Formats: sequence, C-alpha cells, structure tokens
Amino acid sequence: MNRVKNKQKNKLKYLSGIYVFWMIVFTVIPLLLIIYFSFTTTEGKFTFENIKNIGEFTPVFLSSIKLSAISTIICLLLGYPFAYIISKIKASKQMIFIIFIMLPMWINFLLRTYAWMTLLENNGIINKLLSLVGIGPVHMINTQGAVVLGMVYNFLPYMIIPIFNVITKIDKSCIEAAQDLGANHVRVMTRVIFPLSMPGIVSGITMVFVPAVSTFIISTMLGGGSNMMIGDLIELQFLGGSYDPNLGSALSLVMMVLILISMGIMNEFDTGEDVMAL
Amino acid sequence: MKKFLSKVYVAFIFLFLYAPIAVLVVFSFNNSKSRSVWHGFTMKWYAELFRDEAIISAFGTTLLVSLLAAVIATLIGTMAAIGFKYMRKTPRTVLMQVNNIPMLNPEIVTGVSLMLLFVYVGRVLGGVELSFGTLLLAHITFNVPYVILNVMPKLKQMDSHLYEAALDLGCKPAQAFFKVVLHEILPGIVSGFIMAFTLSFDDFVISYFTSGAKSQTLSIIIYAMTRKRISPKINALSTIMFVVVFVLLLIVNLRKSKDNTTTKKKQKGMVKL
Repeated sequence: MNRVKNKQKNKLKYLSGIYVFWMIVFTVIPLLLIIYFSFTTTEGKFTFENIKNIGEFTPVFLSSIKLSAISTIICLLLGYPFAYIISKIKASKQMIFIIFIMLPMWINFLLRTYAWMTLLENNGIINKLLSLVGIGPVHMINTQGAVVLGMVYNFLPYMIIPIFNVITKIDKSCIEAAQDLGANHVRVMTRVIFPLSMPGIVSGITMVFVPAVSTFIISTMLGGGSNMMIGDLIELQFLGGSYDPNLGSALSLVMMVLILISMGIMNEFDTGEDVMAL
Repeated sequence: MKKFLSKVYVAFIFLFLYAPIAVLVVFSFNNSKSRSVWHGFTMKWYAELFRDEAIISAFGTTLLVSLLAAVIATLIGTMAAIGFKYMRKTPRTVLMQVNNIPMLNPEIVTGVSLMLLFVYVGRVLGGVELSFGTLLLAHITFNVPYVILNVMPKLKQMDSHLYEAALDLGCKPAQAFFKVVLHEILPGIVSGFIMAFTLSFDDFVISYFTSGAKSQTLSIIIYAMTRKRISPKINALSTIMFVVVFVLLLIVNLRKSKDNTTTKKKQKGMVKL
C-alpha cells in the first residue's frame, strides 16, 4: 500500500517537466548564446578581441559601479530607519504604509522618471520654488547627482520591503531579554536589532544594486548623454547606433561576472533566509 | 519628541515618493502641452486619450500580453513547484538555481540573451522574427520564477500527509490534487498570479529587446516619446490607471479588515453562547 502511494507521489515530480524544458530553451540556451557571441567574430570564428576591447570602456564600468554603490548606500540610510519606524506601529496599520510604499511602482517607471525631469530642470518646478526664497537657479538635471536621485527614487521600495519583513519577524523576547540585562536603547539597536536584520539588509542591497548598476533608462533620461552607464553601452550594441552584438554580449558577460562576484561577497553576510515573499 | 521626529521622517519619505506622481497627475489637467507652467484646468487630454489609436492599441497589447503571460506562467509555475517538492534533493537544488537566474540576472541581460535566441533561431530556422509571440515567450520566462517564489512557501507549509490522507479516503490522485493540494496552496497561486501580472504590465526593458516593431507595449511607446516630448495624454492615462489601482487596493483591504472584525465578533458570540 505504502509503496503504491510513494509511486503516485513520485509521479508528481513529472509535473515540472514542461518547466524544465522551458528553462533549458529560454534560460540556459540564451545564456550560452551570450557566452558564444562573446568569444566569436561576426563570421563565427573564435576570438578574444571582444573581451579585449572592453578595456576601452573601463571608465564607464567604474562610474557605473560608483553611482550605483552610492545609490545603494543612500537607499540603505533612508530605508532602514523607515522600515524600523513602520515595524514599530500597530500591525493593522502597517499594511497601509506598505501599500503606499508599493503603490508608486504601479505607475510606469519611465513616466515617474520623466516627472523628475520636470522637477529638476533649470526652469523646472524645484528651481521655481527655490527662486521664491531667493536661491538658484541650481543646475540639477544632466548631472551625476540627478542619476543617483533617479536610482534612489526607483529602487528605494526594494530596500524597505525586505528590511521591514525581517524586523517584524524578530522575536520580541530577544529585545526584552537585552533590556532586562541592562542594555539601553542604543545597545539594543546596535547589538540585537541591527545584527538580526542582516538578512534583510543583504537582500535589500542586492535588490537595489543589481538593477542600479545595469540600468540604461535613468542615466539616459536624467544624466543627459554625458553620464553613460554599462546598460547604455549594451543597449547601443543591440538596438542603438553602434550595432555589434558580439561586443554587446561580451559587455553583458563581464557585467554578469561583476554582479556574481559582488553577490558572492554579500552572501558571506547572509544566513540564507528567504525574506522577499510578503 | 522622538515620535514627532519619526512622523516627520515618514512624511518626508512619502513626499519624496509621491512628488513626481503629483506632478504627473496635476499636469494631466493642464490646458497646455507645457510640463512646468500651469495654464488652467482642462479635461481635454482625457478626451483625446480615447481617440488616440496608437495609445489605445498599445494599451490593448500590454493588457493582452500581461494577462496571457500571467495565466500561462501561473499554470507552468504551479505545476513546476509541485514537481520540485516531490523531487530528490540534488536535482531540486540544481533546478531551483536555474529557476533563480531570471530573478537575479539584470533585466537587460535577460532581454538581450532572449533577443539573441530569437534572432539566432530566426536565422537558422527561418520564419521566426520578433513579434507578439516572442514578446509573450519572454514575459512567461521572467514570470514563472516569481510564481514559484510565491507557491513554494505554501507547499512547504502544507502538511504532506494531507494528500496521502485523501488517497486513503478513496480519492483518485487527480481528485486528491484538485480537492486538497490545490485548496491548500491557492493563496500562493493567487499572489503569484498578481505578481506576474504586475511585473508584465510594468515591464519595459525585456519587452524593449524582444517585441519587434509591430507589437509595441505602452512602455515602449512612452520610451519613444521621452526622446521627443511626452504628450499629456499619457499623463491622463497613468492618472486613470493609478486611481483604478488605488481604489482596487482600498476595496480589497477594507473588505479584509471588515472580514477580520466580523469573524472576531462571531467568535465572541460563540463564546457567549
């Protein structure tokens, strides 16, 4: 009887058959194609040329990493206190705040970024407000600062949600125990709450850094032409003016390796918990 | 004082998040194409929106691709999650790693790699070109992992003896699945579907690389406009969408809290009885 049941249970694993096939065709093979294109010429001959040519673009890589690292740090500094404050209010009200954090994501992000252009322009709304109090005009659009602002704006929710999820799950008795043992507010914060929220911080950092370092819209719209990022370079090779899928693939490959390395470093701090599901 | 400071802080963050949205909404009523100078109130952009065939057809394409992709991804993803659960550990770990790739990879890499696949296959096999079909395939591919992400935890929570109990009580495997397993994991399936639909609806990067010229989504039209000048009609459309989502969320949450209070009242009544 038991064996029959186990057999029936085992049959259930075949339900994943379609998806396994799907993953091979639409996830694994495309990635192999990227590797293949990275190491071949347009005629299909093996070459290291594409990878070598990436050396020219080192400044673009460095500035992409710099801008997205700054944005990630600002997201963490802004997002952590916010997540902490929200986790302290009544559970019935928390959901409303979280909904209002997610709601802007329902407006097309191109439009939200475009609205920032309106705000930041030289004769835009912020400069008009500033001129009322006698400051300005401050040049904001088409600067690195504007790109960072755009990234922080677009990716802040991805930092807040995982941190919030982790903080609300911290066992209250841990905090009480620390207080009973004589820890003051600051010590409870630095020694108990902050270390226990590490998994949320780690996944927040990856969820902000990865889309930030690979973006090509925010830098085009808010940075003007002068603040190019890796994403812009890749887009140019596939759909833009300088059509070269082989170089584009090599750029994508190097970017993926960079991200893998930084995620590997981040995972050193992680306890391996799943914190994204709401 | 501390409470006051945290209120100010929360207000500041919300101001930051909603300032551009407020700009967008206000200027959808502006009686001019200017996006920083106010020329008086008008509803004309809303009227013109419904007469603009390009926008309406892009909206239709977006809705169709997100609905189809979400439905298919939910089916494939739910089946896959159940399959993964009953697998041995090693193949499961390997497959879950592959499943995570589209979530961890930058969107642009997913988009570019799928574009290479479609264009390359198109060249080798002939007849395949970027179209609604490739757009749909790409959307399903990035949706399924999020369905699995939502269904997996529910499967883990489910008592695995439930299925066996159903079989013992005379259910056929299919019956046991639909009556017991599906019932248990339904909340995960629903949230997976909603997440997939949202991601599809909002997607720009992957659609940009896989859709071709004929089947343009809203995001792609908007992107083309940002290079020249965005028509206030788009502001009008996103204002409408924002209000619809807001009202839907409000209704869902009010009903939830109402349900909670009525069940609590019922429970109290039971105790009294």
